[in-house]
Amino acid sequence: MTAPLLDARDLRVEFTLARGVLRAVDGASFRVAPGEALGIVGESGSGKTMALRALVRLLPRAARLVGGTVLFDGKELTALDEDGIREIRGRSIAMVFQEPMTALNPVMKVGDQIAEGPLVRLGLGRRAARLRALELMRLVGIPDPARRADAYSFELSGGLRQRVMIAIALSGNPKLLLCDEPTTALDVTIQDQILALLSSLREQLHVSVVFVSHDLAVIAQTCQHVAVMYAGQVVEYGPVDTVFREPRHPYTLSLLRSVPNVDVVRETLLTIPGSPPDLAAPPSGCRFHPRCTFAQPDCKSGEFPLRPLGESRATACIHDEACAHDVRRDPVIANG
Amino acid sequence: MASVAVSAVEAPVVAEHRGFRQRWYRTPSFVAGASILGAIVVVAILAPVVTWHDPVEQNLVNLLQGPSWSHPLGTDDLGRDIWTRLVYGARTDLRIAVLAVLFPFVLGTTAGLIAGYFGGRTDTVANWLVSVVVAFPFYVLIIALVFALGPGTRNIFIAITIVGWVSYARIVRGEVLVAKRQEYVLAAHAGGLSSARIIGRHLLPNVITQAVVFAMSDIVLVILAIVTLGYLGLGVQPPTPDWGRMIADGQTYLTTHWWLSTIPGIAIVVTALGLSLLADGIADLLRPE
Repeated sequence: MTAPLLDARDLRVEFTLARGVLRAVDGASFRVAPGEALGIVGESGSGKTMALRALVRLLPRAARLVGGTVLFDGKELTALDEDGIREIRGRSIAMVFQEPMTALNPVMKVGDQIAEGPLVRLGLGRRAARLRALELMRLVGIPDPARRADAYSFELSGGLRQRVMIAIALSGNPKLLLCDEPTTALDVTIQDQILALLSSLREQLHVSVVFVSHDLAVIAQTCQHVAVMYAGQVVEYGPVDTVFREPRHPYTLSLLRSVPNVDVVRETLLTIPGSPPDLAAPPSGCRFHPRCTFAQPDCKSGEFPLRPLGESRATACIHDEACAHDVRRDPVIANG
Repeated sequence: MASVAVSAVEAPVVAEHRGFRQRWYRTPSFVAGASILGAIVVVAILAPVVTWHDPVEQNLVNLLQGPSWSHPLGTDDLGRDIWTRLVYGARTDLRIAVLAVLFPFVLGTTAGLIAGYFGGRTDTVANWLVSVVVAFPFYVLIIALVFALGPGTRNIFIAITIVGWVSYARIVRGEVLVAKRQEYVLAAHAGGLSSARIIGRHLLPNVITQAVVFAMSDIVLVILAIVTLGYLGLGVQPPTPDWGRMIADGQTYLTTHWWLSTIPGIAIVVTALGLSLLADGIADLLRPE
């Protein structure tokens, strides 16, 4: 693997609540190569969004980044002060949000919102910034940009709004695009178009992407590598096709088995028993063991860090052979 | 590949917008308020054209006259033309009222934006100042301040600003507390924008509506305050015409020449009505459907 553009290690994000400290991200590590897309997948509350936002320190007020290092393009981001990290945001690292309706300013024309970065951050003149905005709108496939630039976000369809969000994110010529469930709020046909757009932009502009989603099919479609998160930790990491074809962590396997598949007729939909743990008081040992069908007595205590599994993969499970055996017996049908 | 396909399903939805321009004439309170206030403002601006006397010229031969062709509303106890003084009084009072709303509006909005956005200690200090001012009744504090500072237009502005900013600060702070949790503010942070830019370009336009609506009804209160100060002899100093002063001057003759006080009184009521209707109308129009 070439030198990664982003190398985040042992990220820790804590929320201080009345009932104690909640570890939303508890030692998550992942890497992104230049021009590559990494998917972070997990249930709601698994810490994937917080891990993403911790990279550029855009955390909620109650949350703190208490540990970890973020090496980006040769710079250590956690060592930067507030002005330093602000310089990175919107320029080197940009974000695309889940809900373009609320992430766009309702009283500002979309063209002005796209032009704001070039105007304020790149120091372009008013006319040049406007031209840049129109160019970006063409780049993300917005037809008739000159007219749409003067529209407000509520005058546009969901798909166009998300294209505007992407245009804003691209306006500072970023090297890394952080996408937080960018297609969850869209209907399926539009979702497909936005995913295709992001993939083509990644190749065209050679920009790296971190893609947070709970949708395995979306990750499979857009990413080369995937990090599976559970209860604030990365439990499995590797190339998307191998991880999804031969999962080596029971949680990944359960996620894949619980995706409804049109090709296989099953009486009932498979689900993961139990519910995600309370992160203020997580279970000891492997955090997944109370819900795991492969759990052994030795899963109940100790540390379960990611350990390398050959060249490019890693898993946190110590009984990954049992998991692999189960997959050979009953293959997971990768859909998407 | 520059043309990622956009399906026909994604045709632009041009709806709801352009509301203000389409709906203003279908909002009765807006039309009525704007007409009343518009008429008063036009008359005040055209004062030299619509009157034919000097507002301060005394005519001791024609004291306390009833309506006539030369003096359509009669003359006061110094023989001055009441119609002329009424029109010039509108000029004085409206001008002071607009400025006396503008200062608290700007100061209060700024304070509310800063307190709401930064929170913490800044917010605590701002809230403490607001509580101190709110602890006093509105009129009592204004009258006390003008009394302490001395009468005159400048001191009216100062007194009304000191008392008036708190309402704007409270309204805007509340709106900012809601708005700053919106995702577009997070998106602005993600774009690396400065706090000043986020406050001025993203928060302000989103929170200003409520402050504008309040300003429209606040101006009624301010006019009444100015007129009250005039009536108490703490406002605009004679001989500059002012409605409050006119009411006070006419009070002596209330039993014999009732129109001296009643006419400026009616002018105040009509102006206040026009402003209230306008404020209602604007609030209606700015309310999202």
